[in-house]
Amino acid sequence: MRKLAAIYRKELQYYFQSITAYVMIGLFLALSGYFFYSIFRYYNYLSYQAGRDPYLAGTLNLIEGVMRPLMGNVSVVLLFALPLLTMRLFAEEKKQGTFELLLTYPLSDAAVVMGKYLAALSVFALMLAGSLLYPLLLVIYSNPEPGPIVTSYIGLFLMGASFVAMGIFFSSITSNQIIAGAATFGVSLFFLIIGWAAPFVGSTFSKVLSQISILEHYDTFAKGIINLQDVTYYVFLTVFFLFMTLRSLESAHWRS
Amino acid sequence: MIQVENLTKYYGTTLGVKGLNFQVEQGEVLGFLGPNGAGKTTTMKMLTCYLPPTAGTAKVCGFDILDQSMEVRARIGYLPERNPLYSDMTVRGYLDFVARVKGVRQGARRAEIDRAIERCGLAAVSHRTIGKLSKGYQQRVGIAQAILHDPEILILDEPTLGLDPKQIIEIRQLIRDLGGEKTVILSSHILPEVSQVCNRVIIVNRGELVAVDTPDNLRSRLTTSAILRVTLRNDGGAAARGEAMLSKIDGVLMVKADPPGALIRSFTVECVNDRDLREEIARTLVAEKLPLLELYREELSLEDIFLQLVTEEVN
Repeated sequence: MRKLAAIYRKELQYYFQSITAYVMIGLFLALSGYFFYSIFRYYNYLSYQAGRDPYLAGTLNLIEGVMRPLMGNVSVVLLFALPLLTMRLFAEEKKQGTFELLLTYPLSDAAVVMGKYLAALSVFALMLAGSLLYPLLLVIYSNPEPGPIVTSYIGLFLMGASFVAMGIFFSSITSNQIIAGAATFGVSLFFLIIGWAAPFVGSTFSKVLSQISILEHYDTFAKGIINLQDVTYYVFLTVFFLFMTLRSLESAHWRS
Repeated sequence: MIQVENLTKYYGTTLGVKGLNFQVEQGEVLGFLGPNGAGKTTTMKMLTCYLPPTAGTAKVCGFDILDQSMEVRARIGYLPERNPLYSDMTVRGYLDFVARVKGVRQGARRAEIDRAIERCGLAAVSHRTIGKLSKGYQQRVGIAQAILHDPEILILDEPTLGLDPKQIIEIRQLIRDLGGEKTVILSSHILPEVSQVCNRVIIVNRGELVAVDTPDNLRSRLTTSAILRVTLRNDGGAAARGEAMLSKIDGVLMVKADPPGALIRSFTVECVNDRDLREEIARTLVAEKLPLLELYREELSLEDIFLQLVTEEVN
């Protein structure tokens, strides 16, 4: 545990001393801020329209009109941002040769993997926490339902946690950061859009595809529902990739 | 301290090392010698628990490298071949990280880091970024991280590789100093280094053990004849007369003349090993009034031993 903390500390130090974290968090907040601004302006326009159209006014609410589209866009930004955060974790150590030294220190592979994973997860959590400003503005100037905001953040955190796990796995199988980042991006994008094919492939397979899809599982969180099935999905994805990372570290002992 | 039994490693079908057997005693500095690709690094990687052996095993301080890997790792300080370091950390920051990972207790950490910094002469650069240090200082940082938790055994893979001559001397001195208190295994393909620093030498070639002994014993074991060098001033056919005189002396096996120089001529005289012929040769030559300039006995260098052993192996 103490050794896990040492790894965690070192990785976090790297993120903040090399300004990686500031750049990532800054860009993420700028982009999601722009999304918030344009979505909110559009919502604003719609509510003027609603003044003359009582039917439209009945369908308007902040959750459906602002939070859902915002979180959808934020998840796409994360898709680009998180691979950049995770790609160096093992790939750089492999390239520098420090990986070998790390594996001959008296600490378990699990401590190495978890230390690094939690460090990247912390930076991601900080990114997400920064974006809480936007719903906070909604709460200050209006009164949206708080439930769906909370659940959509839980959902987004779980989704990001699985992307980070995926990223650390791809970083552990190569010494090339670009490959690690690109593979993470490609695979997570694929998981995100795999549900699109669902309507065209027949009923059984369609169900399978939509169950695999990351977006499909996020939808219930955005509606304000915490469904055990969806939580399990993200937790499973995370644990699966962390486990694969451990295996990959172990195989480094045998191959190299 | 270390018992290696039948240690074997194959990379797929490629041989790494085969059937290594040797022991290392406490406080010993053991040199691991061999041409590139002989299996030195492979053996070290197995001893440090980075690579598991294909067959055989090794015990470090009584702990098995496969079954009790954590115990072994806690007792070894390792400097890998290319000295990998986190180049964007400061020296002290890096050593602090290593101390934590090696499980040095909080209370002892600062003192332990200070000790390693002092030991390796890093005090002047302890707040600088590792990537900006000279190669010699980086090598010291590598050694500092190896000795950090005061391990009983140090395994240093090519510790002087890529350093300039002054840095090499400093690093060698540091290793010699460490040798008294710790058991050290170091690999090298630079032979004088090994003969200067090590108590005992292991020579490996093509993955197999060729010889284990002290540098002196290896030398005497392989010396079947003594080699003397004789130099004469070459005036008035002195060289030709000298050569004839030399080959008549009892005990001389062979006389070989160097290509003639303008003024001097040297001979390599091979003679029996059990008798020192230097005195007799000198007396004979001087009695004949031959202008003797130089006479000395050539010691077999570690280079010669090494080449001899390695070529024997090939044949």
